[in-house]
Amino acid sequence: MNIDSIQNGVVLDHIQAGKSMDIYKYLRLSELDCSVAIIKNVRSARMGKKDIIKIDSPMEVDLDVLGYIDPDITVNIIRDGVRVEKKHLELPQKLVNIIHCKNPRCITVAEPQLDAIFLLNDPERHTYRCAYCDTEKRRAL
Amino acid sequence: MSEKRNLIDITDLSVAEIGDLIATAEDIAANPAKYENACAHKQLATLFFEPSTRTRLSFESAMLALGGGVLGFSEAASSSTSKGETVGDTVHTVSCYADIIAMRHPKEGAPYAAAQFSEVPIINAGDGGHNHPTQTLTDLLTIHREKGRLDNFTIGFCGDLKFGRTVHSLVNALSRQHGVKFVFISPEELKLPDYLKDNVLKKNGLPYEETSNLEEAMPQLDILYMTRVQKERFFNEADYIRLKDTYVLDTEKLVPAKKDLCILHPLPRVNEIAVAVDQDSRAAYWKQVKNGKYIRMALIMKLLGIRI
Repeated sequence: MNIDSIQNGVVLDHIQAGKSMDIYKYLRLSELDCSVAIIKNVRSARMGKKDIIKIDSPMEVDLDVLGYIDPDITVNIIRDGVRVEKKHLELPQKLVNIIHCKNPRCITVAEPQLDAIFLLNDPERHTYRCAYCDTEKRRAL
Repeated sequence: MSEKRNLIDITDLSVAEIGDLIATAEDIAANPAKYENACAHKQLATLFFEPSTRTRLSFESAMLALGGGVLGFSEAASSSTSKGETVGDTVHTVSCYADIIAMRHPKEGAPYAAAQFSEVPIINAGDGGHNHPTQTLTDLLTIHREKGRLDNFTIGFCGDLKFGRTVHSLVNALSRQHGVKFVFISPEELKLPDYLKDNVLKKNGLPYEETSNLEEAMPQLDILYMTRVQKERFFNEADYIRLKDTYVLDTEKLVPAKKDLCILHPLPRVNEIAVAVDQDSRAAYWKQVKNGKYIRMALIMKLLGIRI
């Protein structure tokens, strides 16, 4: 199967196989006008199978969102058909308005206009806690 | 001007700062006249969206004893919250009138939200079943005055450890001291939340045990922290009725206890400590009430940057 190389844009590589549609949704890629290729179950020496997303337009990828979803994803920036930057992600220390607290006693549930703030709690278990009420939340995927 | 300081969680204060507050509170107790004009022309606003007797009066009494003024409300119905105003807007408004705000709210994290909108220091005076750091300072001062130290003892927490915000804050504070062993005594439904066990106790390798039997735990305790099963925290009244009288401390249960046991309770109590226990020299909960005023005086001064 052939997918054309992109000239200027972003390639999200090393996505856990089967998770590319979740990332498509979290990054709101459906709102883009440019070509977006989702390639599933690509053979990978390191991962066995992986997904790849190619975005045929320069864009600012929200690294916090991506790092939260899967810190093993790599972000490749392409200019004039050449990779000019490869970004490795890590779990962000702070998430603002990416996930929301479900604790019915939390003030952010009663007043949803407040920023939903989560702080990295345990990097090994990939858990975050609500900055307001301390309710723990595991990573989305 | 120095950066605005808030007290939202007890860990907002370092161990050294807590030591300084205790030392100031001890000095206030010994020399109250020295502090009677410390906060002259300063205003404390007490914003209590939920009923309180001790905490609100303690804050107001503390500010008056420092020569300052007080304003505020004691229930949400008498504020613009009843018209749908947000916590942020209420606090933004009040911070135009007051120099410091003490706030109690039924929703967890409300003081953290308030601190984002306030131009003056915010003190968390209790947020739902979450935290109550000034009660913790009161508890620490009382332990210090009764035991002469804040380290190397076994403390039992008994009752509602799930929604007991005073328990959560005190566990956090004592986890930073040396040689403290924790015994958690509660029914299954009211056990200490996992986030505290995982993030505070296990993470720091602190010794703790969980039991539902107060009598068996009693002989090893140096401090017993009793709590009320709080009706207002239950969505289901049947659960409250089933659990409310699980533990009742009476003189008989104190027979196997240490002679120098220190019995604490954040109050108000309902049935969990028999009135007869009040006469026992080991009961320290009425002293706690008085200590609450001294430590809040010290805290108000600290957050306002006032030194005597």
